[in-house]
Amino acid sequence: MRAAFLIATKDLKERLRDRTAILIAVVVPLVLAFIFSAILGGATGDTKAIPLGYVDEDGGAVAQAFVQQVLGEVEKAGIVSLHSEASVDTATGLVKRGKLYALIVIPPNFTQAVQSGAPAAMQVIGNVDSPVSAAIARSIVGGYVAELNRVRIAVATAAGGDPSALTPEELNTLASKAASAQAAVVVQDVSSQAKQLDAKSFYAAGMAVFFVFFSVQFGVTSLLEERNDGTLARLLVAPIGRTAVLAGKLLTSFLVGIISMGVLVVATSLLFGAKWGNPAGVAILIVAAVLAATGITAVIAGFARDAEQAGNAQTVVSVVLGLLGGTFFPVSQAPGIVSTLTFIAPQAWFLRGLGDLRGGDLSAVTLPALAMLAFAVVAGAVGVFRLRRLAEI
Amino acid sequence: MGAPPLVVSGLSKRFGAIHAVDGVSFHVDAAETYGLLGPNGAGKTTTISMIAGLLSPDAGEVMVAGRRMTTTTTDAKALIGYVPQDVAIYPDLSARENLVFFARLYGMPAREAGRRTDEVLETIGLADRARDRTKHYSGGMKRRLNIGIGLLNRPALLILDEPTVGVDPQSRNAILESVDQLSTEGMAVLYTTHYMEEAERLCDRIGIIDHGKLIAEGSRQELVGVVGERDRVTLSATGDLGRATDALRSQPWIKQADASDGSVVLVVDGARAHLPAILQEAAATGVGVRSVEVSEPDLEAVFLHLTGRALRD
Repeated sequence: MRAAFLIATKDLKERLRDRTAILIAVVVPLVLAFIFSAILGGATGDTKAIPLGYVDEDGGAVAQAFVQQVLGEVEKAGIVSLHSEASVDTATGLVKRGKLYALIVIPPNFTQAVQSGAPAAMQVIGNVDSPVSAAIARSIVGGYVAELNRVRIAVATAAGGDPSALTPEELNTLASKAASAQAAVVVQDVSSQAKQLDAKSFYAAGMAVFFVFFSVQFGVTSLLEERNDGTLARLLVAPIGRTAVLAGKLLTSFLVGIISMGVLVVATSLLFGAKWGNPAGVAILIVAAVLAATGITAVIAGFARDAEQAGNAQTVVSVVLGLLGGTFFPVSQAPGIVSTLTFIAPQAWFLRGLGDLRGGDLSAVTLPALAMLAFAVVAGAVGVFRLRRLAEI
Repeated sequence: MGAPPLVVSGLSKRFGAIHAVDGVSFHVDAAETYGLLGPNGAGKTTTISMIAGLLSPDAGEVMVAGRRMTTTTTDAKALIGYVPQDVAIYPDLSARENLVFFARLYGMPAREAGRRTDEVLETIGLADRARDRTKHYSGGMKRRLNIGIGLLNRPALLILDEPTVGVDPQSRNAILESVDQLSTEGMAVLYTTHYMEEAERLCDRIGIIDHGKLIAEGSRQELVGVVGERDRVTLSATGDLGRATDALRSQPWIKQADASDGSVVLVVDGARAHLPAILQEAAATGVGVRSVEVSEPDLEAVFLHLTGRALRD
């Protein structure tokens, strides 16, 4: 083991002096994480508040309840920024010019119509270039209208089908009771926002795990370089166990990966404000991801003719697994087989682990970590078996 | 008296249909420089690789100071120093860092590794450039460091695999002087080369290897004796060279006579003794001799005699 540490220490010293290694392991992922999170931040749902306008032509109690209790809460949640407009024409012009992404119009006598059981309608006007924002506005209005209809049906039922027979006081009492009654069936959101990474954290993690598949090759693949340069013969002639040479190279890969990921975690947290999550959970996921990357790199090096061929193959494998693993954009919503294929990428498990860690406790990383360790064990075993042939010059 | 630094017995190695090494046996004594001489592809490097524990032989064995060498043994490996044919150093490390790294691999504690590194740096003349990265070294400096790494563990047997290939004349001379000095200090040296003059200059005994077989072995004098006492005499002359050649050929001590390009080339038993008679015979045929060159048989001639091919073919 002493010899393996000596070899790993020597390799790390060489890599620290090799600017290429520092570029690939730290600088490039850091820069790309910054660029991607700045440009593509919306892809992960980390959007800025939608500029949403409303025109209250009614001014009644039902309209005010909608504005204050519904729109107000949505604004507090940071989903929209509310803009009260005086007239429909002015507000529609703002929507057309893209100043507002969507507009909600509460027509005159809306409150009176709702209370009397007469037909009533709220309007949603969306900007043609912001269909998602219009859909969100429709969803907000739809939710409120559904609630109003529930109360109206409850009141009508209580009034024997004729609410006009009741006094206004009786109507208010019934409406309050109906509104405060708990719904019999509710939808529980299990894929909540809490389980998703924000854009900065997503791209910091994505780029870190994408590039760790490149940086770990500085260890294992250097075995092929040393064979080509003749220094491997020198190592094998030294009075050390032959496994020590391979162990030293694997240790180098592991240490380069851990250092690279560690630096990126600290740098993206300090520079971008990325939120990686529970440090213990993050550490477990990083160790598992680096081991998986090392194992896969060992397989590639084990089947390669020389360092150049190994480097080329490593690039292809890393890019394909990186894309499948969703390091550039989320693929969890990808259709059909693509969604299933994501699980053959350790990167997907790493990102899923960080997301689960955000929404849960430390135990949330168990499955992703085990999945990545499985990659490490299977690929590592094949890789080590193949790399042993290098011991014969 | 301890076991010889190296005993090689019946060493064989095949690569598919090619018999790279075929039953090679020899030994190297303490303070002896043994040369393995042969053309490229003769099996020298494969033999060296098995002796150094890089390759497993198909048959035979290698004993280093009484310890059997295998690819996995460590005690026999600790007794050898290995200098590969190509420069094998780490370019992003300094000479000192290269040496300390290998010294530590040979089991030296940090302080001892540092001390031994200083000694080797002095020996190879790189003390003043010890902290420079080796990628900035000249070819000769890299070669010296390449040899220095092989000296770190004060080996009982130093193996040098064609250390002068591609080296400028000045560096080559420095390397040869270093090897000569090491042998004088008592180290056993196994030196492979395809340069006849290096083997003649350095080696106490020489093994000639061709097509994987050791075809002759002995001191230079012993090997030359295989060819006999025949010398080569070259006369640069004017006149009827054909007539002179015919006349000379009739002498019983002249084994071969040819005329070409203003010269008469003779293969003679005991040239120095018969030189006056040769000149007299040439003069008698009316030939004017301008110069005479006498060459004693060398290892090139030995190889030619044994294989029918030149060493550098």
